[in-house]
Amino acid sequence: MTGTQSPQTPSLQDTVARAAGTPDRPQPYSELGLTTEEYARIAGMLGRRPTDAELAIYSVMWSEHCSYKSSRVHLRQFAEKAPRTAALLAGIGQNAGVVDIGQGYAVTFKLESHNHPSYVEPFQGAATGVGGIVRDILAMGARPVAVMDALRFGPADAPDTRRVLPGVVGGISFYGNCLGLPNIGGELAFDPCYAGNPLVNALCLGVMRHEDLKLAAATGPGNAVVLVGAKTGPDGIGGASVLASASFGGGAEGSKRPSVQVGDPFKEKLLIECCLELYAAGLVLGIQDLGAAGVACATTELAAGGGAGVGMRVRLDAVPLRDASLGPAEILMSESQERMMAIVEPAGLERFLSICAKWDVEATVIGEVTGTGRLEMSWHGDVVVDIPPRSAADEGPLYHRPASRPPGQQELQNDDPSRLARADTGDELRKTILAVLGSADAADKSWVTEQYDHYVRGETVLAMPQDAGLIRIDEHTSLGVALAVDGNGRYCLLDPYAGTQLALAEAYRNVAATGARPLAVTNCLNFGSPEDPGVMWQFTEAVRGLADACLALGVPVTGGNVSFYNQTTDAAIHPTPIVGVLGVHDDVSKRLAIGFGRPDCGVVLLGRGEAEFGGSLWAHVAHRHIGGRPPAVDLDAERDLAAVLAAAAARGLLAAAHDLSDGGLAIALAECCLAGGQGCAVRLPGDPFTSLFGESAARAVVAVVPGAEAEFAALCSAHGVPAAELGVTGGGTLEVVDCFTIPLDELAAAHRGTLPALFG
Amino acid sequence: MSAARVGVITFPGSLDDHDAARAVGRAGAVAVPLWHGDRDLRGVDAVVLPGGFSYGDYLRCGAIARFAPVMAELVPAARAGLPVLGICNGFQILCEAQLLPGALTRNSGLRFISRDVRVRIENTATPWTLSYAPGQELTLVLKSGEGAYVADAATLAGLEERGQVLARYVGASPNGSAAGIAGIRSQSGSIVGLMPHPEHAIDALTGPGDDGLGFFTSALRSLAAA
Repeated sequence: MTGTQSPQTPSLQDTVARAAGTPDRPQPYSELGLTTEEYARIAGMLGRRPTDAELAIYSVMWSEHCSYKSSRVHLRQFAEKAPRTAALLAGIGQNAGVVDIGQGYAVTFKLESHNHPSYVEPFQGAATGVGGIVRDILAMGARPVAVMDALRFGPADAPDTRRVLPGVVGGISFYGNCLGLPNIGGELAFDPCYAGNPLVNALCLGVMRHEDLKLAAATGPGNAVVLVGAKTGPDGIGGASVLASASFGGGAEGSKRPSVQVGDPFKEKLLIECCLELYAAGLVLGIQDLGAAGVACATTELAAGGGAGVGMRVRLDAVPLRDASLGPAEILMSESQERMMAIVEPAGLERFLSICAKWDVEATVIGEVTGTGRLEMSWHGDVVVDIPPRSAADEGPLYHRPASRPPGQQELQNDDPSRLARADTGDELRKTILAVLGSADAADKSWVTEQYDHYVRGETVLAMPQDAGLIRIDEHTSLGVALAVDGNGRYCLLDPYAGTQLALAEAYRNVAATGARPLAVTNCLNFGSPEDPGVMWQFTEAVRGLADACLALGVPVTGGNVSFYNQTTDAAIHPTPIVGVLGVHDDVSKRLAIGFGRPDCGVVLLGRGEAEFGGSLWAHVAHRHIGGRPPAVDLDAERDLAAVLAAAAARGLLAAAHDLSDGGLAIALAECCLAGGQGCAVRLPGDPFTSLFGESAARAVVAVVPGAEAEFAALCSAHGVPAAELGVTGGGTLEVVDCFTIPLDELAAAHRGTLPALFG
Repeated sequence: MSAARVGVITFPGSLDDHDAARAVGRAGAVAVPLWHGDRDLRGVDAVVLPGGFSYGDYLRCGAIARFAPVMAELVPAARAGLPVLGICNGFQILCEAQLLPGALTRNSGLRFISRDVRVRIENTATPWTLSYAPGQELTLVLKSGEGAYVADAATLAGLEERGQVLARYVGASPNGSAAGIAGIRSQSGSIVGLMPHPEHAIDALTGPGDDGLGFFTSALRSLAAA
């Protein structure tokens, strides 16, 4: 028993005994987000009405966020269609997937959304988004070693974007920098559909030895359940205040409580080092991070993860509190940050607690594992929870929500951008390049990335503005892990099946462009309301597209996250699946970067280009147009291209490589020149406008090391990858022969001036 | 002679301790981990205070770290001539501990800055800079939110007069530092504070080059000569 006493006298609590005796007492289940059917189902499972504390558990565990009730029937495809691979040590369903990368090392990585909190309170919302995904990775037994983020905002010049973007970037910077995790890349785009619904998707990468893998499972009756880290306060428990007021006759104090959590990265840094020392000492049998749904989620998932017959007895009054007025339901639902829950053998407990003390991390035994198969919780001696843990963790409702192609979809696809006016003369093309390059979407992102430490830990080989981030595992191996996250809401709006495949293809290509071998996939699926059949259709198409493409490319989905309800009244965001691809480098010193850093290298365009402008950056910037079909997907071509890039990197044939994506060859060439400081002179292979701005997939531009031209050409032809020699690197201009010339200074001014002008 | 032993202190919230230890090792010395809670310097020949957010930078950067038990040993040892290099947060701690004059305050742009910067070595008469040539320009890594060096006019004039300005940013100061100051030294020269990170510039694979290694090889040469 701790010194904190609730002012609420225990006799007022809704105990299991009381619930059995008052079957008809009304409960605020609908305010907690449960339907009448769901409430009835809970009562059916328990054979009585739930107590208030139990209702709190089910309401959060059966929420869309925790239960994936609208998405789970579709997400099964990721497992059903998974390509055969021996590389996956832990997959979907764990906190994060774990991938074998060789030499006894494994990596774990995952993307997660923190969209809504980041709109309400951008700084803390984004900060705690980083904190949450880092704990997911830590819970797998890994040392977190890098973060990335994918961001979407409303129009760059909208007043609210000036509130949200600097706050989000500041929050990511504050939390990630203070944790000592290099931020190695990500992406940032703007569109009116994200005004009011910004997307903040954070990724964390962790590294471990195979034997370090930890699972969220409570095992061994008699073992201690230990809550580690921050005290529990009234964070993110807006829902529980409904219970408090309903149960305790009103009281307005509940409504004043913040619903966005506040992060303390210093505490999390100590928690990381403390947990890693506990793991190394062999003192942790099972562990779970506390994120959404806090203690409710950690206890039910640990107990359910232990298997049949495993139960847990928890004393909720033993949870150390920051606010002594919290009751059991609020403690269960609190989303206070920087907490973990560990299962510890009694014999190791003293050592466990002393390591925590060394790191100034609070650790409290709040219960023990039992063999009853029940999750039992008490509050000052009264039993307030007694449920089968799987009923909350695994047996939530599953919905087959209606899905139908939205009525306007065909018209959207018929609205082909071929009717739009195009630049024709050299001067017009020149102006168009500068306009697209200077658009907020294509502009240099240093204003953002300079706020992120990408050097800390000393293992960062590539970071933004490179195609992918690249982290060396350690200095004693040459192993490295490349990571890219990509998504294109415009493509997905036009065709969610193809658009999601294009997102995967782009991330795959980005990883390959560094010379890495793509190995595994994570994703964060950002959509509007699943109760809208049109949105649900987008979602089902996206999942099907991703699962099919992962199978075709031989890269399994290892885990992910779904974020629904990204919509304001009737206006949903563009369907925006963000796909992360992880690849392996056997020798990081062979990595390729995007910059043209030396003169006299042959500039070669790989892949086949067509006049594909549907959803293109050019149509978006020049005409504010979105319509037609996205570029064709050719996964065989993606695979061949990746094989060429990996082989060419390993053989040292290339001085630079850059994938083609938004803005096509024009933007890719400009970025190559600006990143490396060397210009280039090129001849275009066909119609200048199409060559420059078309967005056909499965393409990259490379600089070939002088003398390696023949070997590289033979490599391309062996893999069936079309290779067009465009020109050479060198000089201080980007020159398209017989068309236009742009000095690099002018290019740089257009590229680098935009975000500082917008955000100060 | 056995290899020089250079201590690297880990405070709660230190982040670049690992990197500093690696740089020490790369220079040929033995890195000795020192713990904030121990009143023990383990007989090291020199000490690095690494970057990070010691104690979360709560209250003020470095303000809590100066009261750590290990500092009770370090402060008198430093005053007695033990070579000490404080990098970024370590520089802030040295100022808070009054081993160096002045203070580090919020960047003039009010945002965290992480970028490669050019600095010019102004003074090579310290155990940490003797491998460099006077006026030599280096590329190091600046990554800080509170990196603007400030001091009153008399202190600044004194620093200039006595050659205590160790390094200056080349071109405009990125963070509003007085007189473009990137690093300073104590009057004796043995204590050095530096805002940009030399330990992140020891290898072209993971940094902007290896210009920073000289700080660590300097220490080794200086210890060998002593």
